[in-house]
Amino acid sequence: MLSIKNLHANIDDKKILKGINLEIKPGEVHAIMGPNGSGKSTLASVLAGREDYEVTEGTVEFAGKDLLDLSPEERAGEGLFLAFQYPVEIPGLSTTNFIKTAVNEVRKYRGEEPLDAVAFLKLMKEKMAMVNIDQSLLSRSLNEGFSGGEKKRNEVFQMAMLQPKLAILDETDSGLDIDAIRIVANGVNKLRSKDNAVLVVTHYQRLLDYIVPDFVHVLYNGRIVKSGPKELAFELEEKGYDFIKNEFKVEA
Amino acid sequence: MNNELSAIEKTVLSDYKYGFVTEIEADEAPPGLNEDTIRFISAKKNEPEWMLEWRLKAYNHWLKMQEPSWANIKYDAINYQDIKYYSAPKQKKKVNSLDEIDPELRKTFEKLGISLDEQKRLSGVAIDAVIDSVSIGTTFKEQLAELGIIFCSISEAIQEHPELVKKYIGSVVPITDNYFSALNSAVFSDGSFCYIPKGVRCPMELSTYFRINAEGTGQFERTLLIADEGSYVSYLEGCTAPIRDENQLHAAVVELIAMENAEIKYSTVQNWYPGDKDGVGGIYNFVTKRGICQGAHSKISWTQVETGSSITWKYPSVILKGDHSVGEFYSVAVTNNHQQADTGTKMMHLGKNTRSRIVSKGISAGVSNNSYRGLVHVGKNAANARNFSQCDSLLLGDKCGAHTFPYIEVKNNTAVVEHEATTSKIGEDQIFYCNQRGIDTETAVALIINGFAKEVMNQLPMEFAVEAQKLLAISLEGSVG
Ligand SMILES: Nc1ncnc2c1ncn2[C@@H]1O[C@H](COP(=O)(O)OP(=O)(O)O)[C@@H](O)[C@H]1O
Ligand SMILES: [Mg+2]
Repeated sequence: MLSIKNLHANIDDKKILKGINLEIKPGEVHAIMGPNGSGKSTLASVLAGREDYEVTEGTVEFAGKDLLDLSPEERAGEGLFLAFQYPVEIPGLSTTNFIKTAVNEVRKYRGEEPLDAVAFLKLMKEKMAMVNIDQSLLSRSLNEGFSGGEKKRNEVFQMAMLQPKLAILDETDSGLDIDAIRIVANGVNKLRSKDNAVLVVTHYQRLLDYIVPDFVHVLYNGRIVKSGPKELAFELEEKGYDFIKNEFKVEA
Repeated sequence: MNNELSAIEKTVLSDYKYGFVTEIEADEAPPGLNEDTIRFISAKKNEPEWMLEWRLKAYNHWLKMQEPSWANIKYDAINYQDIKYYSAPKQKKKVNSLDEIDPELRKTFEKLGISLDEQKRLSGVAIDAVIDSVSIGTTFKEQLAELGIIFCSISEAIQEHPELVKKYIGSVVPITDNYFSALNSAVFSDGSFCYIPKGVRCPMELSTYFRINAEGTGQFERTLLIADEGSYVSYLEGCTAPIRDENQLHAAVVELIAMENAEIKYSTVQNWYPGDKDGVGGIYNFVTKRGICQGAHSKISWTQVETGSSITWKYPSVILKGDHSVGEFYSVAVTNNHQQADTGTKMMHLGKNTRSRIVSKGISAGVSNNSYRGLVHVGKNAANARNFSQCDSLLLGDKCGAHTFPYIEVKNNTAVVEHEATTSKIGEDQIFYCNQRGIDTETAVALIINGFAKEVMNQLPMEFAVEAQKLLAISLEGSVG
């Protein structure tokens, strides 16, 4: 489904990604871990199509298409979803209205009819129950004045509404207490199927107790320096990131 | 960040879809302004002597005045002798009912989305349609008359209700008030008149649609609206003009009078031609709008959505004379390309326990300039006056300007006056967030600006809110991304 080959990316001429290789197949859950500043969010942003980053080398194929050739909204239409590490606030725009626009724009991209008010409400009710989100939150301005946890839950709710092929969760667990993590993980797990995949970016192992990955990758200094089964996460937790840092002395 | 700017600065011309011209013969005054021009207009309208005298007085006063230069706008000097002060579409004969209106004119209004056909029209809206210098028809007159409501062109009111016009015209905006209102008083050719009798709640939106059509003309309309004791009216005006390389002058005067316990809600959707992307052409919109809360517990609320004109100079104001009266001003002003807007309000607290609320949302794109200018005045006797002002500016790109000039004069120490102001930029991160959800940049900008302007848009009558939202989006088309 997603095939990243030798991906290099810069921001303001600073090299950040230095040759990423990653294969994700339908039905799989991959976790990317790594110390702060290693390039995890950059990778997520490059995949989502953020313009600030310049891809200097490499290819990315997604669902049979050249991903790097598509605009961010086309990528969304193809079924790529990014739950942001720092969700953005848009004052005055109701969360419901925003999500309805998103759902219908994606449907339009796929040549489907827009959902009418009744069908949309029905879908909303169903997904609200799934991620345990409150109606009152959805009638407020998008992310404005939301607590950290509410913002993250809203990201997962949007993911549930858009039913993406590939969901990238960028530190969706940070700032959440254990109950909230469980709810978020539950939402993600309900979305898992043999046809879609999840890429979980996290700093800590604890989210992976709830979203159990098939593969764990360690991103360090712009490269995936280690990959392994879910047990790799425990090893990281135990030894800390220092052992990675020592093992892969910066040769930037 | 450099990247952000380059993305936001790509300015493309959005199409002004009301820019067509109707080919219709017009009855016109030659260009130029002198006493004869005024006599010509007055004679065309078969006006009584007092009206002509009033006009001449205004003209002679105007001659002694200076064009104001304090606003934050720049434009080439207007040559008042180059303008035609009267242009009326020639109708085949005098019309007695709406059915007899020239089909060309009817088509013009239909193209603008305004049907003069009462059956086809939104059932809750009565319309007075004004083209260049004259009103060509008013809908739903009979139904309104049954309630004692007078809704007609000002020309007709001068003929049919001279006592009301004579009493109130110039009572809120005196002929000496300012340069453009004095000019308007001298040469106004038409506009709307409305009187709501005591205790009547007007059952439909009253609306005037102004259209400039003829070349080289100015439009000087005059609107006078009186809400008698305990009455209520909601009034809406809309405006468009053809695309032309020259600048055309629009200098209107609107006067509102609210008696005891009366409420007037006045909404404007102003979409005069804004000029092209290089700043050529467009309407100079110099407008004086003022209402007086004459009686106790009266209320006047101005709502404006200003997207058009190359220059906008207007300050819809409220004189809070009656005790416990309320004044409100809700404004969204959008400037794109080379447009300039200097707009705001004056709230004059004179009575006791008077309250006012100002919500101004300025949106600037391109190389435009958008200024809020407001005055809150609390007089000596205005005990317990309250004002709250909120002025927010949103910038698209870094070549445009947003300015805020709030003036406060308080002469009574029981007053509470609060002012808040913010300036923000549409962020690339907001747009990217929308893009990531499948929403393209145009739509994202529309969502963000409508969110920004929501508090004001919510004030508009339902029938027009949707149109106004679209208009905001269209005015900024191509200004980001
Ligand atoms: N907009 C930016 N401008 C300059 N440097 C950036 C920018 N965004 C990220 N970086 C740098 O890129 C590196 C990787 O950051 P990031 O991808 O956010 O790491 P992570 O998500 O793994 O913590 C860091 O050194 C960070 O400072
Ligand atoms: Mg990060």
